[in-house]
Amino acid sequence: MKAHLSRRYLFSASHRLHSEAMTAEENQTTYGKCNNPFGHGHNYTVEVTVSGPVDEKTGMVCNLTDLDGFIEREVLARYGHENLNTLSEFAQEVPTTENLCIQIYEIVQRGFHFAHLERVRLEETMMNSFEYAG
Amino acid sequence: MVYLTRKAEFSASHVYHNPEFTPEENRRVFGKCNNPNGHGHNYTLEVTVKGEVDPRSGFVVDLKQLKEIMHREVLDAMDHRFLNKEVPEFLHQIPTTENIAIAIWRRLATKLTAAQLHRVRVYETPDLFVDFYGEP
Repeated sequence: MKAHLSRRYLFSASHRLHSEAMTAEENQTTYGKCNNPFGHGHNYTVEVTVSGPVDEKTGMVCNLTDLDGFIEREVLARYGHENLNTLSEFAQEVPTTENLCIQIYEIVQRGFHFAHLERVRLEETMMNSFEYAG
Repeated sequence: MVYLTRKAEFSASHVYHNPEFTPEENRRVFGKCNNPNGHGHNYTLEVTVKGEVDPRSGFVVDLKQLKEIMHREVLDAMDHRFLNKEVPEFLHQIPTTENIAIAIWRRLATKLTAAQLHRVRVYETPDLFVDFYGEP
């Protein structure tokens, strides 16, 4: 029997939405308050959904300890309490929540092999969220 | 096709233990969930059904009927119970959230006649949930 398991994690980070490809006016028009020069922060919620057959011996799709450990190590430790704009993956890319969602998906897809990654959903605030499924 | 979701809550206790494992293996695989006397959760159940909107009633399914079926088939059996000891499915199967979602699907699938069961979602906590779509 195939089931989907979803787990939610919290981290806080800051960012500034600013594109070098745009003029100052364009940046202001496009990003509004998110373009304010010193950046601002969010409490992000990341929801990771994996799937796979339910193991008959354990009753699990994958062991939560493995998933939690991986996300702690590879995602929360990387992004928690950081300024996203200073990280290498956002050197050439605007750290919108869309792009951050894709980055997190790629990290999990590359490194977590205990279950199949279905999607990553990233909430920037309670009012907006983004999903990426590859 | 329209999808309709109904929520319900139930509270229950469980323990994760596989008698085929040694005590050490049980402890290593299940951690605190292997504590012998069990522990409990407030579960949230979301049942999603799908179907065409009936032109006469405007409904996908009669919500009252869906609510009654959920109560009779799931809540009456699982609410305020020790799942391992009181729910037949879990006498010989570990009541993980995965297996609870599958058991609830099986209980509901045959009883729903007006609409088709699409998804059973079980939240063990607000930060952990399982979806089952009836996939083999």
